[in-house]
Amino acid sequence: MIYSLLVLSSPCSGQGSATALRFARAVVDRGHQIRRVFFMDEGTLSGGSSIVTPQDEINQVQQWAKFGAQSKTELILCVSSALRRGLLDASEADRYEKTAATIHPAFEISGMGQLIDASASSDRLLTFGG
Amino acid sequence: MPSPESKSLLVVVRHAPYGSSLARTSLEVALTAATYEQEVGVLFMGEGVLQLLPEQDSTQIGVKNIGKLIASFPLYDLDSLFVDEDALLRHGLDDKNLPQDLRPLGTTAIQQLLRKYDHILGF
Repeated sequence: MIYSLLVLSSPCSGQGSATALRFARAVVDRGHQIRRVFFMDEGTLSGGSSIVTPQDEINQVQQWAKFGAQSKTELILCVSSALRRGLLDASEADRYEKTAATIHPAFEISGMGQLIDASASSDRLLTFGG
Repeated sequence: MPSPESKSLLVVVRHAPYGSSLARTSLEVALTAATYEQEVGVLFMGEGVLQLLPEQDSTQIGVKNIGKLIASFPLYDLDSLFVDEDALLRHGLDDKNLPQDLRPLGTTAIQQLLRKYDHILGF
């Protein structure tokens, strides 16, 4: 079965982002496929490369990046949510004349159409947080 | 780019209009889905019904008017609008001037609605 996930909650507050990641791992472990993980609103912070987590806590950004690389899953940050929160890739940083990119390279910034496409091409679309 | 496939999508809106960015985000998802010509419905529940208040004026708090966004739905052919009638009553909106396309539903009708759509996005 093909799944897509929509993550709305911040990795810094509550369990939404962590639960989504655990669910994603379970989907892949059971032999299903994840078409795309789409992050919106506070969820886009899950892709922030400048997030620093205390050493005795789990860094959610690195965990997502590792999952994305291992399972070859697309991790997409909604552009309008990301920009508002200072999450930029190199081209957005350049366009808005900011000093540096602030998203982890495992993530991509793209438009909301990617969520609609994920909806159209997945058997299941699950929301986390909200 | 959108694939040729299509799935029906119900956006469930539970956030009051100006308490959280998710209020606007949920409506933007519905509008984007309509733009991509997906079958999309919007169900207002809980505090989300407050988004339906007529004559909202958000100028004093310096944010965009959610009521105007909802008023633009017909331009996108987004006319499958539903609301939990109990929530309308609870928030004293049942006698207000609500969007024309809005259909108040009881519990059983909401259950049927949730079953009808391929995907449910809960905000």
